[in-house]
Amino acid sequence: MGMKTDEKLIVKGKRVDGRKPDEIREIEMEVGVIPNANGSAKVRFGNTIAIAGVYGPRELFPKHRQEADRAIVQCRYNMAPFSVDERKRPGPSRRSMEISKVTRLALEPVLFLEDYPEMVVDVYIEILQADGSTRVTGINAASLALADAGVPMKDLVVALSGGKVDDTLVIDLSGKEDNYGEADIPIVFLPRKKEITLLQMDGQLTPEEIKNILKNVLKAGETVYKKQKEALEKKYSK
Amino acid sequence: MMTEMRKIVVPGEVLGDVKEKNSGYGTFSEDGKIISKFLGIPKDSSGYLSVVPLSGVYTPRRQDKVIGFVISVEKVGWVVDINSPWTSFLSLSEAVDEFVDLKRTDLRRFYDVGDVIYAQVSDVRGSDVQLSMKTPITRKLRGGVTVKITPSKVPRLIGKEGSMINTIKEKTKTIIRVGQNGVVWISGEKINKAIKAVKLIEEKSHIVGLTDEITKLLSD
Repeated sequence: MGMKTDEKLIVKGKRVDGRKPDEIREIEMEVGVIPNANGSAKVRFGNTIAIAGVYGPRELFPKHRQEADRAIVQCRYNMAPFSVDERKRPGPSRRSMEISKVTRLALEPVLFLEDYPEMVVDVYIEILQADGSTRVTGINAASLALADAGVPMKDLVVALSGGKVDDTLVIDLSGKEDNYGEADIPIVFLPRKKEITLLQMDGQLTPEEIKNILKNVLKAGETVYKKQKEALEKKYSK
Repeated sequence: MMTEMRKIVVPGEVLGDVKEKNSGYGTFSEDGKIISKFLGIPKDSSGYLSVVPLSGVYTPRRQDKVIGFVISVEKVGWVVDINSPWTSFLSLSEAVDEFVDLKRTDLRRFYDVGDVIYAQVSDVRGSDVQLSMKTPITRKLRGGVTVKITPSKVPRLIGKEGSMINTIKEKTKTIIRVGQNGVVWISGEKINKAIKAVKLIEEKSHIVGLTDEITKLLSD
């Protein structure tokens, strides 16, 4: 965002990677990739790859952080040093800490945390390859990992980004569109009741445009939801 | 090989209407609909819709028979790991019938760290889980090996009226104890074969016609 480029991001209605404005990238999802975790998943949106592992519900230490009537969720979003073109300095940064927190807030409403008092559910998200929309890819992976771990859930969580590039409303932004576009909005929602648990925005949009993006994302989210369901069923149909 | 699959539901999938059915284990109701909580196999028995999860941790419930590992000896009892996020406590009065003079007796005489016990969950209050050894069936398990499986798959391992577990016991000449918490204790002659069978059930619990496959494996 904010960066300038002379390159046209949309030429004759096609985006830099040849997609239509309302087309999502190729999606690949796999469940049960980490044998040591209670649940795990790998999700790929085009060139963005995220892997998520869920541990627990397990006992939480230090003890003073335990909640007597419910479990808490701990979330970590981390980008691998090799995930971007220029090496990312390893370790938490201001950005990754913020994303960890919003991821936790996006996931918490779907979990039946009151079933596991004094426990913790740990969600670790690693970005192996980053090409835009990493937080939504990570949340999709976390949703699958939580379901795989057998943590009771109200619904699966579907995440998808929308935005504006070269005055055109698009969905599922790639790295280039994210950097040079006018705005991007990561959206996380619960597919059954269409409740939104995460909505952030970077850039400038009119209220009208936001409404349209929201509509497009909720519609395209159905595809992502279907993919999630397929991935979960596939683990047990081998 | 049989590969017919049971239907699998995902969390948030609508199973039925509150007006027609009741919401059972693994489900919740919202806006008049019964919805699955887990990734699992849906079941419809006597008007109750329930979901058997395919994974997850063990949640202790009263009356459950579990296999636990003694992890520490306290002043008036033992702390027992029951393969659950919560540890449980076996108090002296629930474990030993005779009078014990605490001043003179070392509790390790009864159960020591590392012992495997088959016990009953006598009480669950929030995160406080109590065990009991008062039921006749409970005892200390000597020798043998333990295998852990997903707790929700225990009913499948046992089978209808114990059909599955009895087949394994007979064919491998072993003694098997299954805890509700997913710990399986095996002792006897062909232990390796029994372990193989248990692991196969764990892996393929969602496939129809599993009993035949197990019988085949065991008769080889």
